[in-house]
Amino acid sequence: MSKPEKLIENGIRLDGRKPDELRPIKIKVGVLNRADGSCYFEFGGNKVIAAVYGPREVHPRHQQKSTSAVVRYRYNMASFSVEERKRPGPDRRSIEVSKVSREALEPVIFEEYFPRSAIDIFVEVLQADAGTRTAGINAASIALADAGIPMKSLVSACAVGKVDDTLVLDLNKDEDNYGQADMPIAMTPDGKITLLQMDGHLTNEEFKEGLEMAKRGCVAISEMQKAALVEKYSSQVEGDVLE
Amino acid sequence: MSLSSEIMAELHKDYIYNLMIKGEREDGRAFDQYREIQIDTNVIEKAEGSARVKLGDTHVVVGVKIQPGTPFPDTPDQGVIITNLELIPLASPVFESGPPREDAIELARVVDRGIRESGAIDLSKLCVTAGEKVWMVFIDVHVLDDGGNIMDAAALGSIAALLTAKLPAKRFDLGEDSPVPIRDVPVAITAVEIGGSIMLDPSLNEQRIAGTKLTVISNQKGALSGMQKSGVHPLTTEQINYIVDIAIEKAKELRQKFLEI
Repeated sequence: MSKPEKLIENGIRLDGRKPDELRPIKIKVGVLNRADGSCYFEFGGNKVIAAVYGPREVHPRHQQKSTSAVVRYRYNMASFSVEERKRPGPDRRSIEVSKVSREALEPVIFEEYFPRSAIDIFVEVLQADAGTRTAGINAASIALADAGIPMKSLVSACAVGKVDDTLVLDLNKDEDNYGQADMPIAMTPDGKITLLQMDGHLTNEEFKEGLEMAKRGCVAISEMQKAALVEKYSSQVEGDVLE
Repeated sequence: MSLSSEIMAELHKDYIYNLMIKGEREDGRAFDQYREIQIDTNVIEKAEGSARVKLGDTHVVVGVKIQPGTPFPDTPDQGVIITNLELIPLASPVFESGPPREDAIELARVVDRGIRESGAIDLSKLCVTAGEKVWMVFIDVHVLDDGGNIMDAAALGSIAALLTAKLPAKRFDLGEDSPVPIRDVPVAITAVEIGGSIMLDPSLNEQRIAGTKLTVISNQKGALSGMQKSGVHPLTTEQINYIVDIAIEKAKELRQKFLEI
């Protein structure tokens, strides 16, 4: 697609959303059998799946820490997840995304409960449509909870950006490609920012307004994450009672 | 990190933390004060542009190599920027040889974003023949001594090197040499949070102790071109807004002092 003339018309974005509206989100908890915890997360056109293994032994052993668990995060894009086939395996972008995503989640994990062990988080992007790192963090946060890892809270993530000089929540692919700025954030329910990246062009005022907008998006996502976990675990209890 | 250096870091943490409560830093700087900066350009004659930056004890050399190449298919009329940064074992006992790891990759990518997103280089002017030949600008950051805050030193060095760089047209029979078309001068400012206080330009010890770093890259107009939080400690909105405000001001100061074209 070439650059559309307008990305926002009469206050409505090309995909029909208002500037501060998130794309539809679908969450499924516990979708994998072998993993200790897992989550499938759809965020607009993004389809990601997160798996958590651990706490388990650290391999290679020299990576282990004597006073806390090591958290490892692997963000990986499937070669078919994007328009032009992506060469499989880690590239510089995915290494950076893995690093900042891990750092977005580490503050809520009680790492000190599991010295000399590893908590491994694997995020596979099956389909990408702008915002894969935030979708991955949202999924991973739920998968950690599903694995029973002690956490202080969930972490929620979404991006805010600027298109046609307007701040918009949760950019889609066209808005990301042709927009003026992109700023993914992750946050805990009490408002602490655990991930903040930005590229493009924002004035100081726009940045501050955008940060607030992204925080509102994270609050909405946090509710959905909680609901998905409650749904999975409450239905199991009901089943037991009926039998 | 070895156990002894972990213990030293713990001991040092208390020391720096106690100083911080008194409003002081180990090296006597104010919280928003940079270490001494020295920038020398054209230090490598073989490179099309180069700069050596000393930021306190941190020492980096940036070389810009420019050569013709094929454009990316999706941007046939735009030049190409490729930024690389290596944390070579010469620069610190904790750096190891081998392919760049996540820290080096992150640093390189943030430096790259600052230059790219601020529009510092007019990429359309780097086109020789659309779809066939464009100038490729390779920015390579060599860290020689890690004294903390490699990020800001690398960003300063990169833009300083670009400001002096020339397109080597003559060598490739493409006309006369000309300066790299620079439109903006982005400056990266890095802050750390230690025990609730914000300090700019962390020294090696401060950086080791800090829970998190926030780098803010702003352009000549004082608008933001890039940002990166790095590290596990969360930041509050107030802390972030405060860092952004002082970073924009500090960037103006550094730009005026060192990068006036």
